[in-house]
Amino acid sequence: MTSLTPGYDTARPLRSDQAMTTTLDFTPRPGAAPLPRMVLAQAGAEMRAMLRNGEQLLLTLIIPVLLLVGFSQAPLVSVDGARVDFVTPGVLALAVMSTAFTGQAIATGFERRYGVLKRLGATPLSRPGLMFAKTAAVLGVEVIQVAVISMVALAMGWSPHGDPLWIALLIVLGTAAFSGLGLLIAGTLRAEATLAAANLVYLVLLGLGGVVFPVAKFPEGVRPVLELLPITALTNGMRSVLASGGGFPAGPVLVLLVWATVTLGVAGRTFRWE
Amino acid sequence: MPDAANTRPAGGADDAPAVEVRDLVKRYGRTTAIDGLTLSCARGQVTAILGPNGAGKTSTIEICEGFRQADGGTVRVLGLAPSDSSLKARVGVMLQSGGVPPAMRAGEWLRLMARFHAHPLDPAALLDRLGLSEHARTPYRRLSGGQQQRLSLAGAIVGRPELVFLDEPTAGLDPQARYACWDIVTGLREAGVSVVLTTHYMDEAEKLADQVIIIDHGRVVAAGTPATLTGAERQLRFRARPGLNLDELLSALPQGSAAKESPAGHYIIEGQVAPGLLATVTAWCASEGVTTEDLSIERRTLEDVFLELTGRELR
Repeated sequence: MTSLTPGYDTARPLRSDQAMTTTLDFTPRPGAAPLPRMVLAQAGAEMRAMLRNGEQLLLTLIIPVLLLVGFSQAPLVSVDGARVDFVTPGVLALAVMSTAFTGQAIATGFERRYGVLKRLGATPLSRPGLMFAKTAAVLGVEVIQVAVISMVALAMGWSPHGDPLWIALLIVLGTAAFSGLGLLIAGTLRAEATLAAANLVYLVLLGLGGVVFPVAKFPEGVRPVLELLPITALTNGMRSVLASGGGFPAGPVLVLLVWATVTLGVAGRTFRWE
Repeated sequence: MPDAANTRPAGGADDAPAVEVRDLVKRYGRTTAIDGLTLSCARGQVTAILGPNGAGKTSTIEICEGFRQADGGTVRVLGLAPSDSSLKARVGVMLQSGGVPPAMRAGEWLRLMARFHAHPLDPAALLDRLGLSEHARTPYRRLSGGQQQRLSLAGAIVGRPELVFLDEPTAGLDPQARYACWDIVTGLREAGVSVVLTTHYMDEAEKLADQVIIIDHGRVVAAGTPATLTGAERQLRFRARPGLNLDELLSALPQGSAAKESPAGHYIIEGQVAPGLLATVTAWCASEGVTTEDLSIERRTLEDVFLELTGRELR
């Protein structure tokens, strides 16, 4: 009915059970894998893709670490207390934004262009499953980023405070908000336009969001607006916990929650898969 | 009952055709790409959809795959609406191009596709069968066009589907790669998988397909087995000076024969091509003082049928 694979296999000795695996039995035996297995497989593939891509690594690891080292060592901004204690929470927030927003928007934009999302749409992995996988991959990369940035910061004398639980909550909410924003752009614009927009928004938010320049330095009038940006909320939240040992960061959590709800909701409606 | 549910794919009557399309309409802006198309693809058979560029082949197949919405008509795949999510595990899809992340390695992608299925084929063995073993670690973008096509074909069948859609599976392949693809399609058919493929190649349709559907301008212009489309009868062809009196020739031939001159100086006699016919034609030509050249008896090819139906002009 089906033939043994020709060529290579006949040359090496095979046990009978190994020989079986090289027989291709095309007889239909359809069935979807369990959802967790599909999500895990897709998340692993996406994570490997992110870590293999040079531009992505520049964005997610090299730039944050350079900013961390540069702004901690050089007296570029004047802050109260140790500079590394001020800069590290901001850089952690930047790392979340670079992966969840910029990296994800660009990658997803090109996946759409290359028909990758279309092809995945023909597999048993459902769209919510794909979204779970993308989120898991982003969180996985963020764990690596947080580990690397923390180690560099600790080496420079960083002394973190506060409850790690709030940090985890802020990172998850920040990831949701930035993913929503990234997917909103990637699902509507062409891949090249997504690339340009994602980089532009990244730079603007890096400058305005209190990552390394304190929001307090901006004019009084624009500050309330800046406070409502997702990057500012994440930076302020991280800083209130890590630098000051503050409790539940209610304000930032609320801002991020609103951003996440709105952007994910709109992205869900407007996302074009082809 | 749980056992029955496991062995029998959920949903869709088992006696339903693999694909059933009725009065399908698809418009893009003011262009009507599919104009009331009706076709049916039987279970366990290979159906080839043939047609010139822009005939509506890809639109039709992508509506069946659930990628595009029809503007009219009904489509049933394994008895279900194309959007039915239970079809995803049962139907394998090969896109005309793309679908794989450019930086992903061939073997990595096929293993990923396999992980989405409960009882997949062994990805390594499948790569081997398609001659891609040496390229398992090559990123997709570095594969040749033919290798990309074969990987895409592997992705369509790795989940052991009941039905596969192959959109121009052999376009741009070299002869060896084409043969490897034909081998797979033949293997699928023998295993009882329904195959629906689009192609430009007549020989491919003639060789592989149980049923050929020729479409043009978004409509079916002919459908049937390769044999019924080409006709059982053969043709006698010869060249001679233009303007022979064909009525006179026909009166010498058996009942039911047909003769035409197309183009000038090229003659085709159709009907019962028995040995006597050859003798009758040559004798008649001799009596008329006509010299015949290139006299031959051949079967009509699918290409003849195709060009008759869809015209010879380029598009």
